[in-house]
Amino acid sequence: MHISPPVGRDASPSMAVPPSRSPSEARAALRDSASVGLGFVPLGVAFGVLVAHSGIDWWWATLSSALVYGGSFEFLLIGLVTAAVPLASIAVSAFLVNVRHVFYALSFPLDRVRGRLGRAYGTFALCDEAYALTAGERARAWSGRRILWLQLFMHLYWAGGATAGALLGSLVPDRVQGLDFALTALFTVLALEAVRDRRGDLPTPVLALLGALAARLLFPGSLLLAAFALFTAGLLARHLTTKDNPRHA
Amino acid sequence: MPDTPYLVAAVLVSAAVTWGLRALPFAALGRLRASRTVGYLQSRMPAGIMVILVVYCLRDLPVTRTAVLAPLAALAVTVGVHLWRRNAPLSILAGTAVDVALASTVFAH
Repeated sequence: MHISPPVGRDASPSMAVPPSRSPSEARAALRDSASVGLGFVPLGVAFGVLVAHSGIDWWWATLSSALVYGGSFEFLLIGLVTAAVPLASIAVSAFLVNVRHVFYALSFPLDRVRGRLGRAYGTFALCDEAYALTAGERARAWSGRRILWLQLFMHLYWAGGATAGALLGSLVPDRVQGLDFALTALFTVLALEAVRDRRGDLPTPVLALLGALAARLLFPGSLLLAAFALFTAGLLARHLTTKDNPRHA
Repeated sequence: MPDTPYLVAAVLVSAAVTWGLRALPFAALGRLRASRTVGYLQSRMPAGIMVILVVYCLRDLPVTRTAVLAPLAALAVTVGVHLWRRNAPLSILAGTAVDVALASTVFAH
């Protein structure tokens, strides 16, 4: 079902949306972004503190959080740059960690976002959480403008948290260990939610877990690539066998 | 510490790859949507990818030392709190707090 947006107050499609309309859209987006903000700010701070503790200047945390804007990969990037890994390896790692975003194009409502700049930003700031919030049932009636505001707020939480963490990082004593667990915890939560969404489809997470453990044992140097490949191959094999098997029809 | 040009280049390379992965698939949207196989993968990949990323984060667990108990306890708390309250920020904060508390004190090295 496609729900058309309410035809409102002024109907001048060719003109830019009057600024008077923005505050309410922005306010609604601010409310929608609150729960993600509660996670992003502490996680951003943890990222910034790790940057500071790795001996990298604070501005790098701001630059990375503003331009890369992919939380999970940015944590990995700290380790990569401190090890002075070649740029090509960084590109490959970025690809492997972020290739999952390819699938977000299937349901992110980019068609509601107007204008070249808006669309550019909409795809640029399409992080996991932006996808999770906007692809759901609840967001069905949100305008493109509201979606962009939501993405901007999330982007600011992350970059703000990272900058604050990097600036204050020197105040956090070195013997404070374990902040990087925030990332493990974030993925654990996202995994629990994603598995719950699959309702009873246990083979999928089990297949992924087996793939990851096999990759850890057999290809410890390229765990992510091996695990994604094994998992995808497993899914495809399962898809083919279920298609041939009319039990599920 | 790595030099500034390298640090900036690392960010730019990562940003370009990440944005490419987020933006380019929209160009192939029509064909992607038509494929049943892609639809099958699309609905199942998020759950599996998150599980793989959790394993990846825990890949260097010191399984032969008692220090392994800190992340394991933190993981158990994260899962437990999340199943109990289903509040993502709370689960993340609780799990991280446990790991920081244990790793910085009892299991400090």
